[in-house]
Amino acid sequence: MSVWNKHAIFEKNTIVLIIGILIMISFGGLIEILPLFYLKSTIEKVEGMRPYTPLELAGRNIYVREGCYTCHSQMIRALRDEVERYGHYSLAAESMYDHPFQWGSKRNGPDLARLGGKYSDAWHRDHLNDPRAVVPGSIMPSYSWLAKTDLDGRFIADDMKVLAMEGVPYTQDMIAKASVDLKAQANADDTAGSADLAKRYPKAVARAASGKSVTEADALIAYLQMLGTLVDFKKFDAKANWR
Amino acid sequence: MAQSGTLSGNGPLTPANGTKRMTIGELSLLILSVAMAFLSIFIAAKAHTAAYAFHMYVFAAASVASALAILNRYNKRGAALPAQFIDGKPNYNWGPVKFAGLIAMFWGIAGFLVGVIVASELAWPAVNLDLPWISFGRLRPLHTSAVIFAFGGNVLLATSFYVVQRTCRARIAGDLAPWFVVLGYNLFIVIAGTGYLLGITQGKEYAEPEWYADLWLTVVWVTYLLVFLVTLWKRTEPHIYVANWFTLAFIVTIAVLHLGNNATIPVSIFSPKSYILWSGVQDAMIQWWYGHNAVGFFLTAGFLAIMYYFVPKRAERPVYSYRLSIVHFWALIFMYIWAGPHHLHYTALPDWAQTLGMTFSIMLWMPSWGGMINGLMTLSGAWDKLRTDPVLRMLVVSVAFYGMSTFEGPLMSIKVVNSLSHYTDWTVGHVHSGALGWVGYVSFGALYCLIPWVYNRQLYSNKLVNWHFWVSTIGIVLYISAMWVSGILQGLMWRAYNAVGFLEYSFIETVEAMHIFYVIRMLGGLLFLTGALIMAWNLYKTVNSAEVAEAPEGKPALAPAE
Repeated sequence: MSVWNKHAIFEKNTIVLIIGILIMISFGGLIEILPLFYLKSTIEKVEGMRPYTPLELAGRNIYVREGCYTCHSQMIRALRDEVERYGHYSLAAESMYDHPFQWGSKRNGPDLARLGGKYSDAWHRDHLNDPRAVVPGSIMPSYSWLAKTDLDGRFIADDMKVLAMEGVPYTQDMIAKASVDLKAQANADDTAGSADLAKRYPKAVARAASGKSVTEADALIAYLQMLGTLVDFKKFDAKANWR
Repeated sequence: MAQSGTLSGNGPLTPANGTKRMTIGELSLLILSVAMAFLSIFIAAKAHTAAYAFHMYVFAAASVASALAILNRYNKRGAALPAQFIDGKPNYNWGPVKFAGLIAMFWGIAGFLVGVIVASELAWPAVNLDLPWISFGRLRPLHTSAVIFAFGGNVLLATSFYVVQRTCRARIAGDLAPWFVVLGYNLFIVIAGTGYLLGITQGKEYAEPEWYADLWLTVVWVTYLLVFLVTLWKRTEPHIYVANWFTLAFIVTIAVLHLGNNATIPVSIFSPKSYILWSGVQDAMIQWWYGHNAVGFFLTAGFLAIMYYFVPKRAERPVYSYRLSIVHFWALIFMYIWAGPHHLHYTALPDWAQTLGMTFSIMLWMPSWGGMINGLMTLSGAWDKLRTDPVLRMLVVSVAFYGMSTFEGPLMSIKVVNSLSHYTDWTVGHVHSGALGWVGYVSFGALYCLIPWVYNRQLYSNKLVNWHFWVSTIGIVLYISAMWVSGILQGLMWRAYNAVGFLEYSFIETVEAMHIFYVIRMLGGLLFLTGALIMAWNLYKTVNSAEVAEAPEGKPALAPAE
């Protein structure tokens, strides 16, 4: 009797076939995914990382909503030309509070992992409004409506509560003051508010107010301007994080 | 599935006292629809955003329509449910197959059209028109979801429901259940698609729909699995045919992937927004475990099931090798699941995981080509039919494209190759040689067979099939060669150094160099869309022609396994 005939058990019994399928598809996922939750290089906390401020988080949600990840990566690969073009290669820890991750898969535009601080807020405002006014030859769509749309920040504390449940270290204090912090960061003239914000979120920069109300463009720019700025690579010891 | 009495019965189910009654299935679905309508309106009233309220009203409208349809259908039907067998022959249920097959054609054209629009936006950014709803970032997910899930998904529903009935010689399980699957699935498509335009997205590629759409899809998908399984249990053939193994693997694995990659916590039931449980590197790995196996199980295993049924049927030859199909099946599903990390080479994902992903991707070449050989060699002794049957030609060329893109894939998964190809158009070209050449052509071939078979019609025009074939083939060639050139060019420009050791090109210079290729790509897409329009016309004329006396498919040519 040929061994091939033994295969009949799968062809005559749906449950056996399903169990066979489930076993075959389990190995790969389990072996590649589970270790990432306890290996040092993937859960290491790097100095400087902190959760997003309420304004940055709201800006990040706009980044996700507009599908920016369809054209921009946020993952600098450990390759010479990328490091020279964009900066230090991205660390796992730098996206540890990113639900979801936004590494992207296509660069119709440049990588944004270390965009923060490379251009002024005014440049970003002009660029979002009309990309070709500042970068002739750009193929990015205009996002002129962002500066005309008020940010809906009513529920930002609820967002932070959910993220806290998922392991982002938002404290009770941060959640309670979410609304205040959001407004303070969008108005650099409010020096007391900005100082208070910086206590909860080190390195958080309050931005000059663009108008009476906080717009979606304000939030998005606050997010773009902090990308890749949290880790101080002068102090970073790569050998402690061999990957 | 509620009327369990019909599962084993051979004759029409007549209630003991002969009076007409609602089945448990009809009654419970009616109650659920009404409850769902009220729940949706309640949520809509308190929704955080207008877009979410709109979606809840869509759910409410669909629930009301479903309740009315159930009542209307009940009023019109006789006291007995449809017979399982008539004169000893299975009383096949082609209704849901017809619906899914025709709507697949509709979604295909919509998806290809959006593809042409997004391609134009990359060539001429003014096409974005400064409008949020049609900006590239929102339309691109609409394009990918429309072609993969709306077009591909409906083709898979239509063909799997057809093949499982034919190869089991049994009427599909359930009375309302198969309709619930096809209609519910298309409701998911509408919610997902309109959501992207309104800015509702999870921001995970190919898994963009938000939590409530995902939840709905889960209900539909579990019903799909049950309908498929119960139909297999009802089979009057001793063996489960190979096409059904692939379909079962596709349904089960997609369920597992969907649940793993959409494990989110909603901000509130009144908010469309949710946050995924995973973050950073773990989320990246889970995303591409999902993403690559959406390719492996949705776009490959599901469509291989089509190959294993429609190629032998159309060529009137048995599958080349039964043993090769066993090896093909198990090796393919075992290896595909490992391949995800090749999307994350040189990133913050640990090296061992990248290497593992690369190794399995290269090994995957073997089962892929084993399957291709099994499909192509089925033509042994029938190759002459390629000259006379353009539908068979389409099916065979799809298998050839499958072979080509499953050779290119392992090549691109090699780390050094990937360092050049990743983030560039080469990936886009690779995807489209698989999507247009393999998935597109095998779907077109299957629909050209299926629609005449289930409608009892003769295909309107073979000449138009020929036109469709050549117009879209030229389109595919333009598309993928433009993307090869632009991808490799941009990859090389990014890493070019000048004589004094500085990077040669600024990023924007590499973007400007792409323009001409983006125009050619758009033209290629336009030709592919044109081909699909020719096909839609052909199918429209087919459905509206006079019925032929005998079902064109006739008796299966396959020898029974026992």
